[in-house]
Amino acid sequence: MPAHSASVLPPAPAAPRAGAVSLGLSFDQVEKRFGPLSVLRNVTFQVAAGEFAILLGANGSGKTTLLRLAALLAQPTRGTVRWEGIPAGLGPQGNDCAGYLGHLSQLYDELTALENLQFFARLYRLPFSAEELRTRLASAGLDSWGGTLVRAFSRGMRQRLALVRVFLHSPSLLLLDEPSAGLDTPGIDWLAGILTGLRDSACTVLMSTHGDSPLTAFASRVMWLAGGKLAGDAQADIPSALRQADIAIRQDRGGVR
Amino acid sequence: MRGFGNVAGAGVVAALLGVAGYAVFFVAPQEVSMGDIQRIFYVHVASAWTSFVAFFLVFLANIAYLWRRQLHWDWLAVSAAEVGVAFCSVVLVTGPLWAKPVWGIWWTWDARLTSTFVLWLLYVSYLLLRSLLPDPARRATISAVFGIFTFLDVPLVYMSIRWFRTQHPQPVIAGGEGSGLDAVMWQVFLVMWTALLALMARLVWQRYRLESLRHQVDELSFGLRAG
Amino acid sequence: MSTKSPAAVAWTLPPAALAIFLRELRAEFRTRELLNTTVVFVLIIVVMFSFSLNPSAQQAREFGPGLLWLAFLFAGSLMLQPAFTRELASDTISSLRMAPIDPSAILFGKVAANFFFLTFAEWLMLPVFGVLFNVPVWPVVGPLAMVLGLGTLGVCVAGTAFSAMTAQARLRELLLPLLLLPFLAPVLVAAVDATSGLFAEVPELRFTPLKILAAFDVIFLTAAWLLFENLIEE
Repeated sequence: MPAHSASVLPPAPAAPRAGAVSLGLSFDQVEKRFGPLSVLRNVTFQVAAGEFAILLGANGSGKTTLLRLAALLAQPTRGTVRWEGIPAGLGPQGNDCAGYLGHLSQLYDELTALENLQFFARLYRLPFSAEELRTRLASAGLDSWGGTLVRAFSRGMRQRLALVRVFLHSPSLLLLDEPSAGLDTPGIDWLAGILTGLRDSACTVLMSTHGDSPLTAFASRVMWLAGGKLAGDAQADIPSALRQADIAIRQDRGGVR
Repeated sequence: MRGFGNVAGAGVVAALLGVAGYAVFFVAPQEVSMGDIQRIFYVHVASAWTSFVAFFLVFLANIAYLWRRQLHWDWLAVSAAEVGVAFCSVVLVTGPLWAKPVWGIWWTWDARLTSTFVLWLLYVSYLLLRSLLPDPARRATISAVFGIFTFLDVPLVYMSIRWFRTQHPQPVIAGGEGSGLDAVMWQVFLVMWTALLALMARLVWQRYRLESLRHQVDELSFGLRAG
Repeated sequence: MSTKSPAAVAWTLPPAALAIFLRELRAEFRTRELLNTTVVFVLIIVVMFSFSLNPSAQQAREFGPGLLWLAFLFAGSLMLQPAFTRELASDTISSLRMAPIDPSAILFGKVAANFFFLTFAEWLMLPVFGVLFNVPVWPVVGPLAMVLGLGTLGVCVAGTAFSAMTAQARLRELLLPLLLLPFLAPVLVAAVDATSGLFAEVPELRFTPLKILAAFDVIFLTAAWLLFENLIEE
């Protein structure tokens, strides 16, 4: 991937801090229903600490729901979701180990980019000065936009800022829902650089993406959803797994609905 | 409760209501100033007390649901709420029916009637909130919190309105604060209240079963589509 | 990475609530959308009531407190709706929930912010009200601040909590005022009574309504604190 001047790699800001607790993720017979509508059924898997897993599936296959369940933002209708490595039952508020990036920006439109980062740094009790935050913005190519309201940002710029935000507290468990959505080629290069660092670190990643995305190159594990179930889970021979997943996804009629 | 048990239950309620009706018309003495129309008091006030019991049931069911997260507590909550609103409506209808012959006006904003009206509005809005929340789990959780809030508000409603009325007195419908009840009247009242409580219990039970059946139907149709 | 006991989580509440409160203030003072709309709406209600009731000077003084509080309640119930629906547009609520803060901080930060905005609008309106209804506001401004404070706090606690409840309901813009107004009956009655006492010929500070307002505030702040987490789960 060609280097781009705007994507100067920061010194692995996304990598977990030294001595950080490595987290695993486990799903045990998880079912999620919204009224009569079933989105996920009997989903069971464990992602070990440090693994880089990608999640594939057709639109509407339940990837977003699965990631929200993994973030403990949503409660399963049946079954349990656990973060392995920390005491159970506390959820996100009891620790700062996990980061979640969803479809929406999770940013405040009426604040500037810098103000958004300052707000979240404050909630996470991170001792970052304004200078440090500006450096992070610069690493994402947003250095001249620090004082602009997020309302004025393009889709790609919002995605970059959202990524800076999710990496801000150096989580050791990352749940990313289509992180490259809206990014242009330099943006994807920049993201790829960060993911390289994450793959080589103790960070656990579960990332949903599309089968033809260049980001699949990072995977040490491929999982795919079809018919509301975990139709496949491969930890070896990734290229072949990707082909299998592609077939399964094309055949997915929307499954249990 | 199938078959015999069901009919027996209905029979008990009917019998109690029959006894209460007889007591109201033939056992209770005629009231001196208002005449026969006063007999409405037995239904009016007993309905009010019955609706309180129903709303207290809603409160307990709400707490139980938030604690245990078992859907049948939600079924109990909605059943008790609907029956409570029904009895509350009886209070609001019998009030004017009593007031018009006695006072010549349909309505006064006396403390108890006003408070009951607000109570009615509160639980109607509970039911309305439920009807606008489509997902069953969210509906149960959110309405449980709202239900707890509502129940905690009820004493404040009564206190504030009663205070206001001492500042700005109006004609009182159901007898003033100090008016005592003749011993026989009191007994008749208790009989009527018992009958209404039995009726309430039966209505709540029927409504609960209906909700349970609805849930089973949903589950079955979901299973059919999935399988 | 730090993990916390539940007690330690509770300690995060004040600073997190403060951070959220300041953020709400910053966002609102930048656009002033809610403030402007609320102030204008209160004014409109007061004027409309005057048209329809056409009170004499004496009646204006009698009905004034009632109209004032009705205006505050109606305006408040509309102003409080965005408290949580605004967090849904960009899913910022999820980023708040993922942060290592006590979830009640979200509630208290917003209650504090809404209290600030509604109080701001009320005090802007008071001189106008004093003029339109021939009521001497200035001599009783101290006790009046107490009544306004206790009453507005009740409105904001209930309104912010109900905003969270209705955020995902259908017809939520209609539903919030519908749920809120009967619920606030004790606040309306007590606040109007206390305000009437202050605007009487011989101003008096009535303690019973103040106690009712205080009780309302304490009960529902506590209930909201205990139950809030249920409202933002999925």
